[in-house]
Amino acid sequence: MSADAERGQTQQPIRCLIAKVGLDGHDRGAHVIARAFRDAGFEVVYSGLHRAPEEIVQAAVQEDVDVLGISILSGAHNTLVPKVIEGLEEYNAFADTLLIVGGIIPEEDREGLREMGVAAIFGPGTPMQETIDFVREHAPQRD
Amino acid sequence: MEGTDADRRDTATRPEDVDPETAARNERLVESLLAGEHRALARVITRIENQAPGHRDLVARLHPHTGEAAIVGITGSPGAGKSTLVDKLAEAYRRRGDTVGVVAVDPSSPYSGGSVLGDRIRMASTVGDMDVFFRSMSARGRLGGLATATTDAVKALDAFGKDVVVVETVGAGQSEVDIVRTADTVAVLVQPGSGDDVQMLKAGILEIGDVFVVNKADMDGVERTVAELKEMIHRRDAAGDATERRPPSEIGHHGVAGSAGADADADTQNDASDDDTDDVWEPPVVETVATTGDGIDELIDAFDAHADYLCDSGKRETKARARYADEIRRLMRSDANELLDEELRRHGGVDALAKRVYERETDPYAVAASIVGPLRDCVEARRERDEPRTSE
Repeated sequence: MSADAERGQTQQPIRCLIAKVGLDGHDRGAHVIARAFRDAGFEVVYSGLHRAPEEIVQAAVQEDVDVLGISILSGAHNTLVPKVIEGLEEYNAFADTLLIVGGIIPEEDREGLREMGVAAIFGPGTPMQETIDFVREHAPQRD
Repeated sequence: MEGTDADRRDTATRPEDVDPETAARNERLVESLLAGEHRALARVITRIENQAPGHRDLVARLHPHTGEAAIVGITGSPGAGKSTLVDKLAEAYRRRGDTVGVVAVDPSSPYSGGSVLGDRIRMASTVGDMDVFFRSMSARGRLGGLATATTDAVKALDAFGKDVVVVETVGAGQSEVDIVRTADTVAVLVQPGSGDDVQMLKAGILEIGDVFVVNKADMDGVERTVAELKEMIHRRDAAGDATERRPPSEIGHHGVAGSAGADADADTQNDASDDDTDDVWEPPVVETVATTGDGIDELIDAFDAHADYLCDSGKRETKARARYADEIRRLMRSDANELLDEELRRHGGVDALAKRVYERETDPYAVAASIVGPLRDCVEARRERDEPRTSE
């Protein structure tokens, strides 16, 4: 049946986890992103503030998200992001999760994060549409 | 075995045949799930949620491994504290060694098909503990399908071996009621001082509660809410232990309630309905403060007591069978509807047909008959062919 054949469109919204990690109390950006993603038709799980890396991993694995967006404004990205990646690898979940980072990430740290496996980094002022388009284009195709 | 065969036959009539590749993948997934891999469990739930090709085969494979978990439904109006309570419950269950699964349904009707699932924010007491498996589910604009998806997700958690599975959902509307009815024990959350909640209870939630929880019990107006609830429960029970028999509105205050109560103690009950005599469940009202954890142990005691009651009275089985009957009917209807929709499209779609009816070219009865008639013929022909074989 045609409706079933096109289930890819109707039944499978892109699932995202928007996560705040570590001692960082600024979640305006995360809220804005969560809402924009929702309006783009994504299903967004929001983690809430002050999450430990293992909580983020737990949530990403259990919610089986396609996209993990970490928002960090505290400057602790070089410590926290590797911990999250390590955790995801432990559950064999890193390979097919699109990992993106938003927040204040100095230019000199970006290359390092990318090498670890962060697909993209969106700093302040990034047009929302750019982020949404990136996610649409790069969200992992799972069968 | 039988179940799997039946399902195969079922899926064979559908366009989505389970090809060997899908079957093999389903087998692998179920194997990993049963072996305790969280990733496999998460993936299985995703496939169920997406109604991905072969998900029926997947659920059919899980079915033989289900039936062990205690399933608790939690419902209540937005802001009553469901998520916080679930968090504390999960913590308390973990403390006594039980593993926990949670399915949190977010029914917010989305504009864009998207949604923000926020129940997870409250999960703070079981950090990094994978033995609490929390899954958010969006309504995704579907109504009937949501109950099926929730039921099947619960099955996945059950098969995985969770001791307790909690289903959390806002208590408003029929589909919500359908969802919590998949639970063995249903807890209804009320917050004090809100007449609205009591109004909601009147509107039908009262009938489904096995345990009532007055959360935020540190607020003003607790005693009154508890008293009101108790009175309503008492009236509900006095109105005949089978609420389905008579609408509560028909039951008078004292006269009828009194005589019904007397009957219950007297002879009629003994020979009429054996399972109702000694063990009528009177829903307790438990006071909690979810943010501090006060009353959580008492709540779990109440859940346990209800579970014991279900076992002792034999109602656990009755309930489960009724649930499966519901499920069979629901699946059947949804399949039949799909088939009818296909036929409708083949006949030019409902809009075109409606236009013809509007222009008096035909009438609704004739249209319905022209679509269902050929289906009926097929079924009847099949029946004639099969009947001799089955009668042997």
